[in-house]
Amino acid sequence: MDPECSQLLPALCAVLADPRQPVADDTCLEKLLDWFKTIADAGSSLLLLQENPCLVTLLCPVLKPQDLSPRVLAFLLRLAGILAAQEDCFQHLQQGDLLPRLFGEAGPLGGAAWTAPTVRSGWIQGLCSLTQHPSALCFLAHSGAVDTIFSLQGDSSLFVASAAGQLLVHILGLSMQAPAEGHPSLQPAHWPACAQKIVGHIEESLRATATPQVTQALNVLTTMFSHCHDPWTQVLWVHLSPLVACLLEKDPVPAAHSLVDLLLSVARSPVLSSSSCGLWDTLAQTLSRLRASQAGPLALGILKLQECPKALRAQAFAVLLQPLTCVLEATTQAPGLPGSVGGTADAPLTAGMLLPSKAACVGLLCQTLAHLELLQPLPQRPSPWPWAPLLSAAVTILRLCNGSATPTSDTGTHLCAFLAGCVRVQRAALDFLGTLSQGTGPQELVTQVFAILLEYLTSPDSSPTVLKKAFQATLQWLQSSPKPSGGGDLEPHAQLFLRELLPVLPKRLCSPCWDVRDSGLEFLTQTVRRWGGQAGFRHALLASEVPELTEQLLRDPESYVRASAVAAMGQLSSRGLHIIPASPGHPGAQQSLLEELLHILSTDSEGFPRRAVMQVFTQWLRDSHADVAADTEHFVARVLRVASQDLDWEVRAQGLELALVFLEQTLGQPSSSCPYAMTPPAAAPPSLVAQALQPFCRVQLFDFAFRALFDCDRPVAQKSCDLLLFLRAKTASYSDQQGSSSGPDVASLEAALQRWQAGDQGQPLGDLEPEAVVAVLRSLDLEGLRGALAESSDHAEQSPLSLLQDMLATAGILGENEADCY
Amino acid sequence: MKLYCLSGHPTLPCNVLKFKSTTIMLDCGLDMTSTLNFLPLPLVQSPRLSNLPGWSLKDGNAFLDKTELIDLSTVDVILISNYHCMMALPYITEHTGFTGTVYATEPTVQIGRLLMEELVNFIERVPKAQSASLWKNKDIQRLLPSPLKDAVEVSTWRRCYTMQEVNSALSKIQLVGYSQKIELFGAVQVTPLSSGYALGSSNWIIQSHYEKVSYVSGSSLLTTHPQPMDQASLKNSDVLVLTGLTQIPTANPDGMVGEFCSNLALTVRNGGNVLVPCYPSGVIYDLLECLYQYIDSAGLSNIPFYFISPVANSSLEFSQIFAEWLCHNKQTKVYLPEPPFPHAELIQTNKLKHYPSLHGDFSSDFRQPCVVFTGHPSLRFGDVVHFMELWGKSSLNTVIFTEPDFSYLEALAPYQPLAMKCIYCPIDTRLNFIQVSKLLKEVQPLHVVCPEQYTQPPPAQSHRMDLMIDCQPPAMSYRRAEVLALPFKRRYEKIEIMPELADSLVPMEIKPGISLATVSAVLHTKDNKHVLQPPPRPAQPAGGKKRKRGSDDIPDCKVLKPLLSGSIPVEQFVQALEKHGFSDIKVEDTAKGHIVLLQEAETLIQIEEDSTHIICDNDEMLRVRLRDLVLKFLQKF
Repeated sequence: MDPECSQLLPALCAVLADPRQPVADDTCLEKLLDWFKTIADAGSSLLLLQENPCLVTLLCPVLKPQDLSPRVLAFLLRLAGILAAQEDCFQHLQQGDLLPRLFGEAGPLGGAAWTAPTVRSGWIQGLCSLTQHPSALCFLAHSGAVDTIFSLQGDSSLFVASAAGQLLVHILGLSMQAPAEGHPSLQPAHWPACAQKIVGHIEESLRATATPQVTQALNVLTTMFSHCHDPWTQVLWVHLSPLVACLLEKDPVPAAHSLVDLLLSVARSPVLSSSSCGLWDTLAQTLSRLRASQAGPLALGILKLQECPKALRAQAFAVLLQPLTCVLEATTQAPGLPGSVGGTADAPLTAGMLLPSKAACVGLLCQTLAHLELLQPLPQRPSPWPWAPLLSAAVTILRLCNGSATPTSDTGTHLCAFLAGCVRVQRAALDFLGTLSQGTGPQELVTQVFAILLEYLTSPDSSPTVLKKAFQATLQWLQSSPKPSGGGDLEPHAQLFLRELLPVLPKRLCSPCWDVRDSGLEFLTQTVRRWGGQAGFRHALLASEVPELTEQLLRDPESYVRASAVAAMGQLSSRGLHIIPASPGHPGAQQSLLEELLHILSTDSEGFPRRAVMQVFTQWLRDSHADVAADTEHFVARVLRVASQDLDWEVRAQGLELALVFLEQTLGQPSSSCPYAMTPPAAAPPSLVAQALQPFCRVQLFDFAFRALFDCDRPVAQKSCDLLLFLRAKTASYSDQQGSSSGPDVASLEAALQRWQAGDQGQPLGDLEPEAVVAVLRSLDLEGLRGALAESSDHAEQSPLSLLQDMLATAGILGENEADCY
Repeated sequence: MKLYCLSGHPTLPCNVLKFKSTTIMLDCGLDMTSTLNFLPLPLVQSPRLSNLPGWSLKDGNAFLDKTELIDLSTVDVILISNYHCMMALPYITEHTGFTGTVYATEPTVQIGRLLMEELVNFIERVPKAQSASLWKNKDIQRLLPSPLKDAVEVSTWRRCYTMQEVNSALSKIQLVGYSQKIELFGAVQVTPLSSGYALGSSNWIIQSHYEKVSYVSGSSLLTTHPQPMDQASLKNSDVLVLTGLTQIPTANPDGMVGEFCSNLALTVRNGGNVLVPCYPSGVIYDLLECLYQYIDSAGLSNIPFYFISPVANSSLEFSQIFAEWLCHNKQTKVYLPEPPFPHAELIQTNKLKHYPSLHGDFSSDFRQPCVVFTGHPSLRFGDVVHFMELWGKSSLNTVIFTEPDFSYLEALAPYQPLAMKCIYCPIDTRLNFIQVSKLLKEVQPLHVVCPEQYTQPPPAQSHRMDLMIDCQPPAMSYRRAEVLALPFKRRYEKIEIMPELADSLVPMEIKPGISLATVSAVLHTKDNKHVLQPPPRPAQPAGGKKRKRGSDDIPDCKVLKPLLSGSIPVEQFVQALEKHGFSDIKVEDTAKGHIVLLQEAETLIQIEEDSTHIICDNDEMLRVRLRDLVLKFLQKF
């Protein structure tokens, strides 16, 4: 601890110990604890106590807990725990009889303060930090704390209850490590007393009839098996698994969710994966015993396991697919089609699960779809993946939702009534349908997919969020449709679809719902990016009203839509699909798109459209867009001038990005772009560099970059710093040869920069000479600045000293106020 | 209690409820779909229509009327729930001998008047040169081509009423406000409740002291312009008559409004005109409000909107003055002060213009592309006929149907071949089946009565089990010309006791919590109200002649015998008999009680739950002794 802090500590301890002084807030105490933890981790806690006796004094008032506020009491308990984590310090505190008074019966335990959840939580956290050595275990055994922890498992505060469970796991782990590092005894009866006690408690809870108790036991075991992988855990599982199996006999199975968590954590534990534990049988049994909605997460967990018997995987997959099988059977003419999902034996059972209520049905279907969506991209997904039946299930669900499916059974009729117009299921099914585009299905199913997507995109009843999902799924399907062998970008099928879709798009772009217009534009941007070069698509797009409507949306009242329209227009223009209408009645006809976007950049009141314009401009510069390439310097100069005035930091940052692209195009790629490049960066010949810097001066890039360097928004400053560092690296050879230049130009520039740094950014830099810039670049401590910027913005305020000062100041100010009262 | 169902149209109901000596007609909607069988009435002589071969331009419009199920002159009152459901009023109040009262809210009457005025105006301004009615003869009708020869009950079709009849009918209306309680002959009380569907639209509660019937017609739970629906007051109904649900249960009004706006914008941007056939009040207010918010974003600020109807001006003005009937949001605007509907601003800024007809100012102001709102939605009469003829040939133009009352394909039939685009966006804000099932769950009526169409899925979507009413017990359904006995019995009637009489009562507690008192009173019944009045005092023995004569009218007041209560414990009764010297007593158990046989005295005492008989052979002394013994076990009061 640095001496300044040591000096302040007694005063702070006095403030904390004084019940009349209100403590600023919890965050201060948290920060203080963090600081003590760092000190304790770095050195000896005993030394800390000896050097700062005020800390011991501070811990003493706990003896009269009624005087202290609950949060200070909790703080003290946790502080004592942190200090006592080291055995010598523990002994020291024990001698003072302090620990029993803090954590034992004589402490806050059972007193009035105990009713505050903060205090109970502090007690647990204190014990958790303290329990690091055998002496602590003895202490726990003698103080009877373990019984208190048992009772806290059922605490009304969820945080306390969960922390109690974790503490039990921690104690159990420590006590099992303590006796011998060798092989664990095969009988828990020979385990240390503390461990036996905890295991006994768990056994008792597992046998209990009350579900909350079972849940507690299962949660403790889950935490243990997922964090502790010592050999003894296997012994424990072998010992406890019959009790767990007994739970499965009950109807309904109690605490099913916790049971699933436990079984999965056991299955994932590296020490337990052997089949000798009978785990696979338990899992199989659980799968068949649980309700469909409970078995789903278990099935997914099993399928995610790296190693697992084939039969179990097959069973899990069948369970997962059950609801979809049920949907398919309810709507197909002949049940058990060869293409139907999974086995059909359990389907009637699931039909029963699906039908009792709309909420259950919707919940189960959404869960199933989400699980399958998670599973599909994993390498361990079941193989072969049933693309075709899954596709047809997704399509059927979407048809049930929009009422176009024809049910063939009572189940189907009920499903239809439940799902008609259900937005939640529609969203889930469209998401799932989108991920299914990764695979292959029979042509006739793909036709159905495009048909249902078109139905959703056309239907006036599709809600905005459903429409957005439908657009996303459509894009995924279009992107994945195979390229035809005869050339061209799109499969004829998809091409036909796009042609049918294009007449729908104008209607969506005219929608009174802004989110519909927005997702329509996003879809347009993506399709143009992907197929803008394809003749058939270009032809259809140009024949439609889409480009014209998109341009009109640049003036939309909603800023998100304007932003999307800017992106879409940028893309259309890049692809040469933006045709200036020749009609004389059109007021914007004379104005080029570039001018219009610049207008948006300088006048739009919202940030999103301006950011979008900057992105389009950067992209245009990268792609050497015709309008830009005509006079790049002029373009960059205008954009930077506008961007530097912008109040939105993202616009300014994007301006730096644009400047960087300009630099790269003029000077070559930055060396850092490929850190593993073998060739050392070749510095440009000096004469060339001077020449190259001229255009930057002309477009006033330096003015912009230096201004950004002292920007009050850190990301802008960082980006500018990177840019200037890149520039300095590029001009290194030049300046080496020139030597340090110290002309009047340089001096005035440096003076201006200093003023800027001080916050006065009023004056422009004026015309700069390349030499002066290079000199200033060399003189600036860019690395230092980058380091400073890399620190978080509040690093100066986070020092322990300032924390202590703050806390004292708060108390002091309060004290003054008190004096004023008299 | 009976329900006579005079209309089979679920959204244009006409039912008569007989309840406690009152005859109440619930709504009188006019089903105008039969007009689709006629050719349009053009404002300008149409060569195309007049040159059609065969049966051309023969008759005026006629409407379906009621069957002779009930004598309409016996109807006491008519309750109107909204302006669409009163269009048949002149047919009922005029020329049928109807002498009752019609109850409706003020906006309902005013806007209903506008709708009728518009209808009469549309028909009367194109008078017929000739009229034919021979085709109504069944033998001739049979020879007509297909849809016409299948039309049912053509003989009941009537000519359109005149303005005079409208005025006379409307004069019989008495205005009511929401939650106002109206006594009908002291027998029942009727109360209108806000139904949330249209300006002034109401549901009705018809209740006596012990029975409650709710009549739910065109109601909406969506947030549009009218006051929200009052659901709470519908609770605890014995019977709930449910009519006027949405006609397009699969279309969501929000989606349809979106569709309407998008198609409108697309057409106008391409230089086309948009025609919206509509009624002059109702959804048009919401559409104008949506367009008000939408036109700037869609770049349509320069496009003129025309609203053409003989009552356009009144409709727009009326909507602004009925603030108390509007939703909360619009009500608060009045205090700002601002007009509740934004169409005022559209009119001010000249974006919306309204004209009584296309003759006159409109012709000089007219410029294209434009959007025209005009009637009638059937496309058979009104200015819309002209616009259909004018714009039908160009594929740039679009007709957007928003009213769900007519099949748009049938409406378009006489205009074929048609190049203009047709968009069907029916906007029906009335309750859909999901909302109904929620409503029924909340309101929990004992019985639900509804048109038979609501008890099965629509014929075109027979698998959609969600598109029907699902409640427990299942809803009772009715069809046209059916009489339904409503399934509940009246058990109690409320009687008042005059305070003096109540004062004189001396209740006696016979069981804990139950006290009894005998009442002697005169039951006075007038105007379906029953009052117990104190009996007149016994006549004075000495009095003048006049007095004596007066007392002749007073009914005789006999000396009252005490009433008995309690039961006779047989064993104790037998002991008491023995004590009093009776011997040889036998007791027999019967189904209803006991028989005590006094063999010696040849007497039989029959003790039952509610009677005791002493049967002895002409021995009055013995009977009195026995009677006194029996009485000892009973309480008197």
